[in-house]
Order: sequence, then C-alpha cells, then structure tokens
Amino acid sequence: MPSTAHAFVDATASDGALRRFLHGLPGVDAVGLEARAAALGTRSIKTTSKAYAIDLAISMIDLTTLEGADTPGKVRALSAKAVHPDPTDRTTPTTAAVCVYPDMVATAKAALGGADVKVASVATAFPSGRAALPVKLADVRDAVAAGADEIDMVIDRGAFLAGRYLETYELITAVKAECGTARLKVIFETGELSTYDNIRRASWIGMMAGADFIKTSTGKVAVNATPANTLLMLEAVRDFRAQTGIQVGVKPAGGIRNTKEAIKFLVLVNETAGADWLDNHWFRFGASSLLNDLLMQRQKLSTGRYSGPDYVTVD
Amino acid sequence: MSERLSVFKTYKLYVGGKFPRSESGRVYEVTDSKSNWLANAPLSSRKDARDAVVAARKAFGGWSNATAYNRGQILYRIAEMLEGRKDQFVREVSEAEGLSKSKAAVVVDAAIDRWVWYAGWTDKIAQLAGGANPVAGPFFNLSTPEPTGVVTVVAPQESSFLGLISVIAPVIATGNTAVVVASEKSPLPALSLGEVLATSDLPGGVVNILSGKTAEITPSLASHQDVNAIDLTGADTDLARDLEIAAADNLKRVYRPRPVDFTADPGTHRLTAFLETKTVWHPTGSLGASGSSY
Repeated sequence: MPSTAHAFVDATASDGALRRFLHGLPGVDAVGLEARAAALGTRSIKTTSKAYAIDLAISMIDLTTLEGADTPGKVRALSAKAVHPDPTDRTTPTTAAVCVYPDMVATAKAALGGADVKVASVATAFPSGRAALPVKLADVRDAVAAGADEIDMVIDRGAFLAGRYLETYELITAVKAECGTARLKVIFETGELSTYDNIRRASWIGMMAGADFIKTSTGKVAVNATPANTLLMLEAVRDFRAQTGIQVGVKPAGGIRNTKEAIKFLVLVNETAGADWLDNHWFRFGASSLLNDLLMQRQKLSTGRYSGPDYVTVD
Repeated sequence: MSERLSVFKTYKLYVGGKFPRSESGRVYEVTDSKSNWLANAPLSSRKDARDAVVAARKAFGGWSNATAYNRGQILYRIAEMLEGRKDQFVREVSEAEGLSKSKAAVVVDAAIDRWVWYAGWTDKIAQLAGGANPVAGPFFNLSTPEPTGVVTVVAPQESSFLGLISVIAPVIATGNTAVVVASEKSPLPALSLGEVLATSDLPGGVVNILSGKTAEITPSLASHQDVNAIDLTGADTDLARDLEIAAADNLKRVYRPRPVDFTADPGTHRLTAFLETKTVWHPTGSLGASGSSY
C-alpha cells in the first residue's frame, strides 16, 4: 500500500531506524492492560443485545480446519456449515470465511459455490514459519492462484525475537506483493512473543508493512488469543488509523470456545477501536468449536429452551 | 472456660464435583418440622440447572463406559462413607422429618442398605434386562441395556433421605448421570449427601445436587434439549403435567410420579426405567449353499 509506505518511509529506511521507531513506541502497562481487559469482560449483555452480538459473532467467524488429517470431505462439510451454520434456521447468518491449508483452497472454493463466504488460506510455512523466503512466497502464490480471497501469513518469530525487525517488515511487504487482490492477515503468534511490548511492536511492523488484518495466533501453541493481547492489538489499529487514516482489521484466533468469551471480545472491540470495527470486514474470530456454542445459544434465545450438542454438527 | 462460638455450616450445591453457591447468590431459610430455623440453603436458578446439565453431560462418557464392576465398587464405597457419617444424617433426617433419633436411625440404616443393594445390581442388570433373543433366521441375536444419558431426578418432597437415595442410586447404577433437584422443604440431607459423594471415588458431575424451589428449577430442565430423561417422583400433579408436556419436545423418557412406600422392597423398575436396549444381529454362518455352520 503506497500511502502506508510513504508515511513511514523514514522509519523503515534501515534496521536501526526501524528499531528506534519501534522502541520509541510507548511501553505497555501490563497490569493496567489486563485490568482493563478484565473490567470490560464484566459487562452483562442480554436479550436483544445478546441476539445481535451472537449473529454478529457468527458472521465474523473464520471457520477453521488446520489439521494434518484434513480431507476434501471434511473441507466440504465445513464449507457447507459455513454457508448454513444452522440448517434448521435459515435466518442464521453465514460465517465470514472458511480457513484452510493452501492445498484445500480449491476444494473449499468449489464447495462454497456462489455463497458470500470467503476462502482464507494460511501460508508462508504455517504454523512455524520456518522456511526460506522463496518457499514462503511460493506457498502464497499457490494459495492465491487456487483462488484464496485472504491469506493468513505467519511472521518469522525467530527473526523478530532476535531483533531483526527490518527482515520481518520486508517479509510482510514481500508477501503482500504476492497477494494481489487477496487481503493479507499477519499472524504474530503472540504466545511466542513473550512481552506485551513485543506484541505492540509486531502490530506496528505489520500495519506499516501493509497488513489488512493483524492476527493474534495460529491456534497451535499453548497461549492463543487472550482478551489482553487482543485489546492491545485493538489499541494499535485505533492509533494507526488516527495517525495514517488507514483502517486495519484484527483477528483473535485460538482458544475462544464459547459465546460468553466471544461477546467479551466484541465489547473490547466496541470500547477500544470503536463501532467501525464491528463488521466482519474489520474483525474476525479464528475458531471452529465457537460456532457450535453460538448456535446453541441462538437456539436458546429463539426457542426459550436450552439446546444441546445433539443439535449441532460435530466437526 | 469461655463458651465456644457456634460454627454454622454453609450448605452449598454440588455441581461437577465442586461445591458452588447458587449463581444467583440467593439462599432460602430451611426449617425443621416445627418451623425452627436450621440453615440457609442455596436457592438455585435455572442457570445453576444449566451448569449442572453441562457437568452431567461431561461426566456421562466416562461413567457410562466404566465397567459395571467398577461402578459397583464405587457405589459400595459411597455406602461405606455414608456409614461413617451416619450420626450427621440421623440428626438431619430427624430434624427434617420430625422423627425421634431412634426412628431416624432406622431410616438412615435403610437408606444405606438400599444403596448397597443398588451397588450390587450394577453388574447384574444386564442379565435381567438383556439377553439372547430367539429369532426366525440364522442369526445370533443379542440385546443389551445401555444407559439413557443425563437424567433429571425430581427427588421426593417428604422422604428427604431414604427417598432421595432410592431415586438417585438406580439412575447412576446403570451408568446414567443425574441432575437431582432436592426436596424443597428439606434439602439438607441431599446437600450433605453431596459431601459424601465428593469423597468416595465417584467422578465429579455424575451426580449434581440442586436445592431451591422445585417449580422454578424443573421447567428449564424438563425442556432442556440435552437432558435425556426425567424422573418426576417429587413433582406434584400440576407440575408433573407441565413438566411432562415440556419433556415431550425432545422425546425424553418420563418416569411419572406414583404413590410409593420407600420402606418397601423397591423392585427393579427404577433401574430399568432409564435404560435403552441395543440389539445386535450376528449371522451364525449357516447361510452358505453347503449348509455349513460354525
């Protein structure tokens, strides 16, 4: 994105300049951050607000299957679920996207047909990111050629933690260049970044390099999306828009399993970034089992009786 | 010597192997048969009931797959624990039901014996409720009973301990898990039973005990789509009718209330009420043209 590059042309001129810029970002008050995230999690969302939040959350899900055992059949079943999450109630919104490995993009694309559900593909040697640059770029090209609407890339945490910020920045710009019209989500794997300061720095690197979304994690490590690290990233996209006018989306992924948690994240979005982000163009949940709980809660609201796992698909 | 300060017991729910207070934070006063205050018991809300169903569902896989022999051992262990806390139950039963200490002791003894009796049934009910079926074909045909699933038990209102044991034990003996709504007027023996269950190898969530207003807690359990059966023993006629209607929606098994003398021989009908029959057809091999057989 030329305007982004232009705004930060000085900061990204050299490794030293980028380091000075990133280390010049204000430090994160870890206790304050966690207290703020916890306080916002105590809001009680009921009745019509809850119904709105559930439908919004369903429409924000990147329904994900990223297993070694994924088969075309499983991807087709997942795609069918993305289009009709609750076959007994056609007023249920579709999910935002299905998220698969690059070799499953064509299968997902075919299964979704003309439905308004995007196909997101992980790439760049997901989940570890341990491959040479040409391999990562080839991975992205493959996914885009197969028809992926969105690319979820991982940064090289090794390079980032070793302080090679410019290398991280250039990796993202190189991947962005391969994406064409596909939107780019940059995964930081916040659970491996050790500190909140690092998460803030990584967020800025991602946004400066042209990410369309910044994403917490792969879902493959012990610590995934938490309210605190998502709050921090929401603050980053808010500040970035205030400074550059460019809006970047946020995607927490992994570990969000039930409606209550999902609604807490929506409260964080509304209170931090603002209502502009309450749309699946700007906020996503990377999740799989979350959808079932949202559907059960939705059934509870519409019928007045508690639903059960027998009434949603097992995937 | 100064007089000791009395140490009052906080009665709590028993859900998922833990002892939570009611999610609502409410309690109600429990009195003895002469209306003297005994304790405050949690006044459960429908959200407590929901949590109890989640716990019961979670425990179902492990409990129903445990061997019948193992279930029997655990139930017997519970009887051992009950025996050790007999004095407490005698006191609670005598206060709740207005019985003399000696009469209450008879009731508690009968309850513990009942529990042992049901413990013995765990590995025998399959022979009673299942077996080989004669069929007109070259098949070996075998039926075996399996637990129904999560069972809501509306415990009897009057018989606060013997009645309670008589409705819980048969449900879990066959591998079901239970959400028990204790007697509204006399919930203390039930809440104390939770403390026994927690210390006797019974996996958390197999039995969940709620106290409160029967008419408030039971409707959401009767309509709950993840509850497979409901025992209406402690529901009055009007409530039982409403609950049965609500239960019809997902075809729950319903055990209707009927007059019952808990001191009499219970028979096996409560054991078989919450079982499903699985039947297997196995070819005997004599289908071949040669007429050969195993």
